[in-house]
Amino acid sequence: MTELLVGTKKGLFVLEGDPGSEKPFEMKARAFPGNVVEFAIRDPRTGRYLASVTSGHYGPRVMVTDDPTGDWEPTTGIAYPEGDDWTVERIWSIKPGEADGLMYAGVAPAGLFTSTDGGMTWELNRAMYDQPTRTDWQPGAGGLCLHSIATWPGDPSKLAIGISAVGVWLSEDGGASWRHGNQGLVPRYVPEEAREDTIDLCVHNMHRAPLRPERLFMQFHGGVYRSDDAGKSWIPIMDGLPADFGFPMVIDPADPDSAFVIPMISDGDRVTVDGKVRVFGTRDAGTTWSSLEAGLPQEDAYLTILRQAFGAEGEGPELGLYFGATSGDVFGSGDGGASWFSVHERLAPVNSVRVA
Amino acid sequence: MATVKLRAPLKDLAGGNREVAIDGGSVGEVLKELERQHPRIVGWVLDEHGRVRPHVNVFVDGERVREDAAVAQGATIHVLPSISGGNG
Repeated sequence: MTELLVGTKKGLFVLEGDPGSEKPFEMKARAFPGNVVEFAIRDPRTGRYLASVTSGHYGPRVMVTDDPTGDWEPTTGIAYPEGDDWTVERIWSIKPGEADGLMYAGVAPAGLFTSTDGGMTWELNRAMYDQPTRTDWQPGAGGLCLHSIATWPGDPSKLAIGISAVGVWLSEDGGASWRHGNQGLVPRYVPEEAREDTIDLCVHNMHRAPLRPERLFMQFHGGVYRSDDAGKSWIPIMDGLPADFGFPMVIDPADPDSAFVIPMISDGDRVTVDGKVRVFGTRDAGTTWSSLEAGLPQEDAYLTILRQAFGAEGEGPELGLYFGATSGDVFGSGDGGASWFSVHERLAPVNSVRVA
Repeated sequence: MATVKLRAPLKDLAGGNREVAIDGGSVGEVLKELERQHPRIVGWVLDEHGRVRPHVNVFVDGERVREDAAVAQGATIHVLPSISGGNG
């Protein structure tokens, strides 16, 4: 059985089903009704569930539980220093680290928080917060958000993070210091003469290939890129895609040449291209892309799939792929995208999808 | 001493207490003391800068106020979600 955590504008939905049956999943639980759930994961090391919940009244926080059908507890510490002008607005991402109890959270306005007790208490990463350029950072349309956190398998000292719109940042000392990793990214929304020095780089999503950790894939604001030098430089790999704009991205952890994206019409429209819902996958590191569309709507279907609304489980031929749209529809594949089925219809607008 | 009246979810974060008696000369002081006595409520009413969150309303003896308002002995303080703060 597969358990899906679907974060929506109206709470968290926990769905359960068998992808092999290609039937809709059962609804196991709904949590946080009326609140926005930006993101939710299950830490595979402990089994603990962590959800980023934003109350329209009481602000954002990470909630935790060992049983998503039961009560959730608030965690503490995700807050900017008192007296500054930044207030945490949203928590975009939660990521297990590479040491016992180590967790990361990326927030808006852009900052990184670290936990060493499995997510119960959090502490601000000062090295990122104290960057001298911070007051000049520009937000993307979704806000100034730190959304992508790429750990290095087995080595907690190495991190890559992606910020919209302040590019890629790299650390080799566990976040004690940071440097840019933006060489090769082309921000077409910046005048050509200003591109070389700009840090207004709108990363939309970024993932590391765990079996070849110096390799990263990125969905950019106009472009899909690959890095083979741990994020120092990037090469474009979007030839063969129907559009180079999009937000979601996943990889097959067993295949360092793999990436999956869901292209959308440019930033002025942000819906699936030609009214067809299509996932595009590469198994040759971006040299070629295949349309994975069997079972997905192919006529008059103009969906928006947000940044965190694409999740995966397993690997290889049995790679599970799941994504949700702001329409409230959730789709899944149990065979690496070869065929798709409807996981659930008519939920609230989907912010995130992850396999528990 | 003022009486702070709470509803869910704040009541639950304050150990199930609908009313909490707290000393303080201002709304900010009272709410800070509420956080000290009930740490699970930290960050829910006041943001990290000690300001009442934009979509939370605080009433002292029937008057809507912010964190810098004075609190008289025996005052009743209601902490309520504002009608502006729902999610769509």
